[in-house]
Order: sequence, then C-alpha cells, then structure tokens
Amino acid sequence: MTFTRLDGRKPDELRELDAKVGIIPRADGSAMFKMGKTIAIAAVYGPKELYPKFLQDSTKGVLRCSYSMMAFSGSGGERVRPGPSRRSKEISWVTENALNSALDLSKYAKSVINVNIQLLQTDAGTRCAGICAAALALADAGIPMRDMVGAVAVGLYEGHPIVDLTKEEEDVEGAVDLAVAMLSRSKKLSLVQMDGKIEQETMKKVLKLAEGAIDKIYVVQKKALLEKYGGSGNE
Amino acid sequence: MGVVAMNKIMNNYIKTLAKNNERMDGRKLDEFRKEIKIEYGVSAKSAAGSAKVTIGDTVVVAGIKLTIGSPFTDTPEEGALMVNVELSPPLASPDFESGPPDSYSIELARLTDRAVRESGMIDVKKLCIKEGETIWMVNIDIYPINDGGNLFDACGLVAIAAILDTRLPTLKQVEEKYEADYDNMTEERLPINEIPINLTIGKLGEHLVVDPTYEEEKAFDARLTVCITEDGQICSLQKGKDAPLTIEDLDAIISLAKSKAGKLRELFGGRQ
Amino acid sequence: MTEEILFKEKEIVIPGQVLAKGMGYVPGEGTFREEDNIIATQLGLAKVNGRLIKLVPLNGSYVPKEGDVVIGRIAEITFSNWLIDFGFSNFAAISLKDGSSDYIEKGADLTKYYDYEDYVVTKIVNVTSSNMIDLTMKGPGLRKITGGKIIEVTASKVPRMIGKQASMINLIKENTNCQIVIGQNGLVWIKGDKLADEIRATDAIMMIEENAHIEGLTEKVKEFLGGKQ
Repeated sequence: MTFTRLDGRKPDELRELDAKVGIIPRADGSAMFKMGKTIAIAAVYGPKELYPKFLQDSTKGVLRCSYSMMAFSGSGGERVRPGPSRRSKEISWVTENALNSALDLSKYAKSVINVNIQLLQTDAGTRCAGICAAALALADAGIPMRDMVGAVAVGLYEGHPIVDLTKEEEDVEGAVDLAVAMLSRSKKLSLVQMDGKIEQETMKKVLKLAEGAIDKIYVVQKKALLEKYGGSGNE
Repeated sequence: MGVVAMNKIMNNYIKTLAKNNERMDGRKLDEFRKEIKIEYGVSAKSAAGSAKVTIGDTVVVAGIKLTIGSPFTDTPEEGALMVNVELSPPLASPDFESGPPDSYSIELARLTDRAVRESGMIDVKKLCIKEGETIWMVNIDIYPINDGGNLFDACGLVAIAAILDTRLPTLKQVEEKYEADYDNMTEERLPINEIPINLTIGKLGEHLVVDPTYEEEKAFDARLTVCITEDGQICSLQKGKDAPLTIEDLDAIISLAKSKAGKLRELFGGRQ
Repeated sequence: MTEEILFKEKEIVIPGQVLAKGMGYVPGEGTFREEDNIIATQLGLAKVNGRLIKLVPLNGSYVPKEGDVVIGRIAEITFSNWLIDFGFSNFAAISLKDGSSDYIEKGADLTKYYDYEDYVVTKIVNVTSSNMIDLTMKGPGLRKITGGKIIEVTASKVPRMIGKQASMINLIKENTNCQIVIGQNGLVWIKGDKLADEIRATDAIMMIEENAHIEGLTEKVKEFLGGKQ
C-alpha cells in the first residue's frame, strides 16, 4: 500500500542533502550540513587547555558542544532570543553523547574540544543536521574518530514509517518523531530520542529505516571531506 | 590548537610595511579586498529577510524577523528597530568565547545599529500600523561566520542587504487586534529612504588603512568607523583603540571614507 | 581466512573507513583494529609497510617529539625559565642552562635574553609521559626571531614543505631570496628583502598546504616560482 507524503517523497526518501567542509578557515575544523531546508553550521576549536582546571580530565580530552538556533531561524514570526535555553542545553548534551561514542580523545588529556553549532534556517531535524555537521567538523579538525557519525529524524506519519521528517510531518496529529544518531559503519546507536507513542515492533522497523538513511548521509559526508582534501589533481 | 593571535612579529611586520605604503597581501593602503560578495535570502524559509556578505575570507550572515508590537511612548507613530550581533556560541574566531555579549559584540552591534538608525535608512513612520498602539518591529540579528578581519564593515553591509531582502508578512485585522500571517508573505518591502555605508579606517603609524585583514586589525593604533549617507553626510562616528587622533586625522579619514562609500553602495545596485 | 587491503595507493581515506581485513595486519599510527578490520581514525593517506598499515594524516594538531625544531612565543617568564607557547595544550620550558650558549647567572634579568611576546626558534629536548616539554636554545639555527613574518600551516604538512633533504624549502628559498624557517609545529617564519618576494614565498608554502598530497606537487611549485631549479 503506497501513500504519499506531504512533499511527495517516498517513505525512505531523504530530503536533498548537501555538505561543505572547511567553511570557517579560522576554526580548527568546520562544516555546513543541509537537510532539505534545515541548515546547520559547526565550528571546532581545540584541543586547547581546559579552564577552569578542576574540570580537566587527566586521562583524556573533554568534548564540549554548544547548540544554538540563530535568532531568525525559527518558523513563523517569532525571534528566538539568543542565549542558552533549556532546549538548546539539552540538545547540546545529547549532541555530546552522540559524538563521544565515536571519538578517541586519549591524546588530549586536560584539554577541551569545543564544537559550536548554529542553525541558519530550520525545518525540523535540527539536532540531526547539527550532529552531521559536527561530525564533519571534527574530522576536518583531525580529531581521531573510530567511526563517522550520522543523524536523522525517523518516525511515523499516519502510522507509516518514514525518514527525515519535515516540520509539517512532525506537527501532524499522532506523528511519532525519533531523533537517531548512529555510528556510520557499525550502525550502533549513539543517540535515540523520541516524541510520540509507538509499538515495540514498529520501533524496530523505524530504526531499521534509519540505517539506510545513515548510509546515504555517509555518502554525502565522505564526498564533502574528499572535496576539501582531494585537492586539485585528484580524480 | 594553534598559537593565539600573533603579536609582536606580525605587528612589527605590518607597521614596517605600512611605512613603505605596502601591505601584507600586496594591496594598496586604501584598497578593499577584491572579493566582495553579497548573497540574498540565505535563510529565506525562516527569516523575513536575510543575507550573507563575504569580504575576502570574512563571512557574516544576518537575518530579520518582523514582529508586531507597541511603539515606544516617546515615538508613538514610529516602528522599532533593533540590531544585535551574536558571537556566542562562537563560530568565527578563537578570540570569541561562549557567554553573554562582550564589549566587542556590543560595539559591532551598536555601530551597525547607529548606521541604520541615524541615517534614517528605514522610514520608520511607514512602519506604524496604528498610531500609539501598533507598529512593526524590525529585529536584525547578525552572525559572524569567519573573522578574516573587518567585521565592522561586513556587519554594516550585511544589515543593509538583509533589510533590502525583507518582505512583509500579510497583515490581518482580527477584531481590534492586528496579526501577522507569516505563512503568506507579501512582495512588499520595507520602506527605504537611503543606503548608508559604514566604513572602518585604521591608523598604522602615520598611515590610513582601509579594509584590514585579521592581523592588520590587531596592529592598528587607532580606528575610526564612519557612516556616510547617500548625500555625503556623516551620520555616525566612533573611534576605537588606544592611540589618539588629531582633528586633521579625523578629517583625512572622513574624506577617505567618503571616497570609498560610493563604490560599496554600488554593490546594492539592482536590488530595489 | 581472507586477507584484503581495501584502499588504493594515494587514496584519501576518512575516519571510520575500513582499510584492511585480516588478522595478519598490524594497526599502525592513525589506525586501530576492530575484530578483523583495520580502521582509519583520521583523514589521511593510508600506507602499507609489509604487515603494518598506517596513516599519514592530512590534518590534526601537532604532536611534540624530541629533536623537533619548533617556533614558539615567549608566554611567561619566571625566575628560572621561560615558558613557551607553540600551539600545544601545555607551555614548554626553556631552563636557564638551556637558554643560551652564554652562561646565564641565577637572578639575571631574563627579559634581556627573550622578552614577553618574543618569538624563538627552539628545539625539543625532552617530552615526558605527562606531556611536560623541555626546550633548548643551544644549537645551530636556534635563536630569537627578529623581523619577517609568521604564518601558520598544518603540522602534518611540514615534512612536505621541507622536502627530502630540504629540497622543497631550498627550492623556495632560492627562488624567492627569502630566509625561511619551518617549525615542526606548523609556524613558519619568512623574511625577504622585498615584499613581492615574501608574498611569493608565502604563496608557494600555501600551495603546498593546499595540495600536500597530490602528484606532481614539486613540478607545480617549480612552475609557480618560475625560476631556477
């Protein structure tokens, strides 16, 4: 039984993806990741010595993520007041967790690696786009990673499992929306967050859908990295 | 990672070159970087107006939200304008820290605000919906993306571009109250009187320098930001950094700014 | 049991990419083993050396090694040493006895030798297990920097900028008449008589920074410099 999504996509079809690495020369690493109309920009600063000293970990580096929406990037007329909110703090923490699963910070004792994420334009999937951009920025900064990280929102629309929800789809009554981050090669989950009600078996179907999406995201991420580092004369 | 901003060696290098009328990248002292680009609508889905400005490798974006509010009591028939520059969480430079606005971000915001406000760029009387009760509020938020030097001028240009890009939402009247319908944007633009241009000129020893790179900015002894209106008047002036300026210096800087403003204004050419 | 190398020579690999399968391979620098697989941890060029698979990273921060010549900034001065910031997370130390080939007395005014914010070309003599680093100013070419300019490049590209037996850096020096010192930490000092020469030297080095791993880089640089071999 086929059904059409509001924007005509197939259930397992992602919105148009785009990524660019190294867009902030002054940062140690940087990237832009676009999922449909959601655009995230990430900058990495570090490793550098962590102050105050009591926060230092003498065995490894510490990852610190800061997520924020640009004041004009929300939908409707409302301006998002700059500064941390409960929502942005929560997203910062889950982003840290999502990325930490993949990072090897053992070389960076007592240091901090800051990842700053700003959303330029939003249409759902903001924390996911942020994580995709952050993973690229960390790779661009040369921070050792055991795996790349991809993230996507999956869920149910009128009971059908779908991938990469738009805001319209999120807002539909009875919609289920899961933000999922996975390590790209192993497909292990590094973030799962859910809004809505769902049966266990359906949940598994939905998560399986995420795996396919992460593969497609990986292709875009790899292309972006090779574009910057391929240099002229390669391919 | 990376050594914190170069001081002695680069400061000396830049100052020594300036004595010979030379600059690190081969430009003349009064020359802007060649690569100046303005892009409109970079956050078209979310913002009423938005833009991105690139000068060399300096990149800034700005977006505008239009909201309906009450006028200030002393200007009951005028719309409101607010300009903010956000450096947190920092994208553009290792010099910026997360946290509440610091003096630099406030200075950038105030200079850009003054340029737009004091020039009368936006006809704020036309932003009045109902005198004494309801007006449009124009909220401009500027985000530096990469600091390659001269954020002052880049912020000025991006604010102008975002204003020019802005379209108004449909205005609906529901009983006594006015509401904006953001799902139905009109083609109506903000009412514009003119295009002001902010120019920041620095002093290196005895020499005046236009459009500094990141390192050149740090080497400046003093700087002056001047805003020039279309008819050549000065609508905003601010001196920064420690070294004093003579009145002759000021005069020379203003003349230089006036000579450069026209060319920058041309960047907004076919936008009206 | 299959054994397989999964990358081509000169292929740029990304973090998490599987480089080889097989228990007979040994994971070298920039890689790790996960079950059967050898996996890359950074963006770089993968290389096979017998059984060893290692990565030459294209980015990443500088890892201090004994014997490296680095360029750093005098960040602090105490009674008995200078502390140097060379872009690593700790400062490194130059002790009195290593400060100069002259004998420096206790209680001497250390700023007379190297003052705050001076830049020095210095050499790493010791890196302890907890990343404490000792430097020396005694040795050929080690000195305080005067004049010239400093640019920053990626530490992992420095070997390419110096070249085999200093061939690349000499090529640039000769064709631009500039003095050039490239610190292993990625700071580069350039000093010429003319601005135009300094710009050419800078551009040549940035060309290597942007194209460190491609074929025919030496030819490209020679062509750019357009002069003597």
